Amino acid sequence: MPDTQIQQIVELGYGGNERLMMNMGPQHPSSHGVFRMILALEGETVVGVDAVIGYLHRCHEKLGETLTYVQYPSIASKTDYVAAMTSELAYVSAVERIAKIEVPRRAQYLRVIAAELQRIASHCLWLGTWCLDMGGALGGGATVFLYTIREREMVLDRLEELTGARLLYGFHQVGGTRYDIPAGWDAKVRETVGFIERRIDEYEAMLERNTFFVARTQGVGVISRELAQAVGVSGPLIRGSGVNYDVRRAEPYSSYADFDFVVPVETAGDCYARYRVRMVEFRQSIRIVRQALDGLPAGPISSRPGVKSVGQVRVPKGEGYARVEGARGEVGCYLVSDGGPKPYRMKWRGASFSNLAVLPHIVPGHKVADVVAIMGSVDPVFGEVDR
Amino acid sequence: MALPPVAWHALVAFVVLNAVVLLVTYVTLLERKFAARMQSRIGPYYVGRPHGWLQPIADALKLMIKEDIVPAAADRGVYNLAPVVFLVPCMLIFATIPFAPGLGVADLNIGVLFFLAVSSLEIVGLFMGGWGSNNKYALLSAMRAVNQIISYDLPFVFAALVPVLLAGSLQMSAIVDAQQGLAFVFYPVLGQLAFVAYLVATLAAENRVPFDILEAESELVAGFRVEYSGMKFALIQLGEYAHMLGTSFLGALLFLGGWLGPGPAWLGPFWFLGKALLIFLIVTWVRWSFVRIRVDQILAISWKLLLPATLVLLLATGLVVATRGAGGV
Repeated sequence: MPDTQIQQIVELGYGGNERLMMNMGPQHPSSHGVFRMILALEGETVVGVDAVIGYLHRCHEKLGETLTYVQYPSIASKTDYVAAMTSELAYVSAVERIAKIEVPRRAQYLRVIAAELQRIASHCLWLGTWCLDMGGALGGGATVFLYTIREREMVLDRLEELTGARLLYGFHQVGGTRYDIPAGWDAKVRETVGFIERRIDEYEAMLERNTFFVARTQGVGVISRELAQAVGVSGPLIRGSGVNYDVRRAEPYSSYADFDFVVPVETAGDCYARYRVRMVEFRQSIRIVRQALDGLPAGPISSRPGVKSVGQVRVPKGEGYARVEGARGEVGCYLVSDGGPKPYRMKWRGASFSNLAVLPHIVPGHKVADVVAIMGSVDPVFGEVDR
Repeated sequence: MALPPVAWHALVAFVVLNAVVLLVTYVTLLERKFAARMQSRIGPYYVGRPHGWLQPIADALKLMIKEDIVPAAADRGVYNLAPVVFLVPCMLIFATIPFAPGLGVADLNIGVLFFLAVSSLEIVGLFMGGWGSNNKYALLSAMRAVNQIISYDLPFVFAALVPVLLAGSLQMSAIVDAQQGLAFVFYPVLGQLAFVAYLVATLAAENRVPFDILEAESELVAGFRVEYSGMKFALIQLGEYAHMLGTSFLGALLFLGGWLGPGPAWLGPFWFLGKALLIFLIVTWVRWSFVRIRVDQILAISWKLLLPATLVLLLATGLVVATRGAGGV
């Protein structure tokens, strides 16, 4: 039966149930971008989900083949535009791996600071939009959203001072970073993270002591340990399901081995567990930022200073895969080089893409209201899903 | 020159109706400013600088000149009638509210009963809107509406009956008079519990967060009014806020002593308005602090907690009144 017909009829089930096909998205207040879910409902209960992606496809991987190693990092930001720093980092790390380029320690530390600030900003947006999903734009959710946006703004201000941009940075380049920190930035960052640290306490007080919030999240959207591993989710989702896996720990890159931080793990696997994981990550990111600022070594910020023209980065024949722990999970970039100034082939492993694949497994059986709560707890960014 | 009674009543009704509409318009501004404060924003500002005093008027004008769209597949009759059916009961409840002794459209001897009966009629309009729109979001919302109103009208009525029992009358002015010495909210235990139950049930009856599953804009987009635009949308909005204000007035009457308060008698209506707005602000405060709960949780709260609790409360009140006698404190 063609798709369009299904959506317009009410199917009468033989079990005395009426099924309603409801189209949620791609334009829907809580589709987090452009995502379409075709829900099969029995009353309020979801019995089936058909997830449709691809509304934001921009041929990113083809685009990567047409741009040089100097040009592409700025475009890499646009895969996961909410956490642009990590995608850039994945791309340049893959190039560095093929070409065996050393990155100066100062640049490694700067990359860590940028990545962790980015994680804070991204989690701020996640918390706000997730609460919007559950509380509505005309309710308590909007209050949390406006609070978190206020804090995200402070982080974006710091990143703007660092790179001149607020959303898509172009901070990383092959061999190091493009910019060094401006004068007085160190103190400002410390002030910002200290402020956010105090605010996180307020969010926790506002949400965890709120019976309704707990009722909406605990036991909802449970991803079992087995399911998490079978589907291949990563980031806060897999850590919320009891698997202690973090790329920063499992395969330290960019001198993450120097820093002392805790990888939070929760075993419940529900929305609340994922929320707890991210709340701890907030604090751990702040810790890492502080340590990196304390131990920031002197020296050059790039092993290839002055690389400006597009043909200057030449990469030998070979292939390489680099992965980093983004705000949403493992972001990987696979590159094949044929020795020219542009990659022969590239492939992204988007964290949101793999995480989103878990939805059809966990949504059926929940109420319509839970669909948006689960969706928000997965925290997808569709730039990264569709690429 | 004395007016004939019919003309007099018509005049009073006209004045009250317009006053209510004006009040409702400005209550939206109050809520927006209050919410803005909570969220560290400014809220309406530019229209009617410096505090957005003209914003409600601008909104009303904007809604009036918007295109009125009727979906092609809608049930036209039901769809067009629904906003009116929704609005009328919401406005009618103000008929029985006395704003001061003798100042009101009709101080019926069954005022509270009339109020409760009429205010629950709004559900018909809601359901018509959700059904007539021929939209799946609206349909789901209409189903939720019926579920919710049926579940919460009972606790709402039981909570409102506690002061009625204590005062020994269904007439609103008599209930206020009975609170001469002590407002019922200060009545030991019974009054306070009933007030809390009343507030919770009010939230649900008004479809406010955390019980706003009808509107649920993150799930059902805008619920039963997703297809409404222009003036029809404005009517629904007006009805919703009128209902909210009406229940706030009723709460002020039943629990906070209505127009009673220190100062000369002419201050009475202002006391009354102030108390009603206080209740309205409490409801707003709750709205902007909580997340929405799920439909099954809402039903569970009502049937498993609120309904038994209010029943026991009513029974206890009955026992107290039986031993002590009704009328006053």
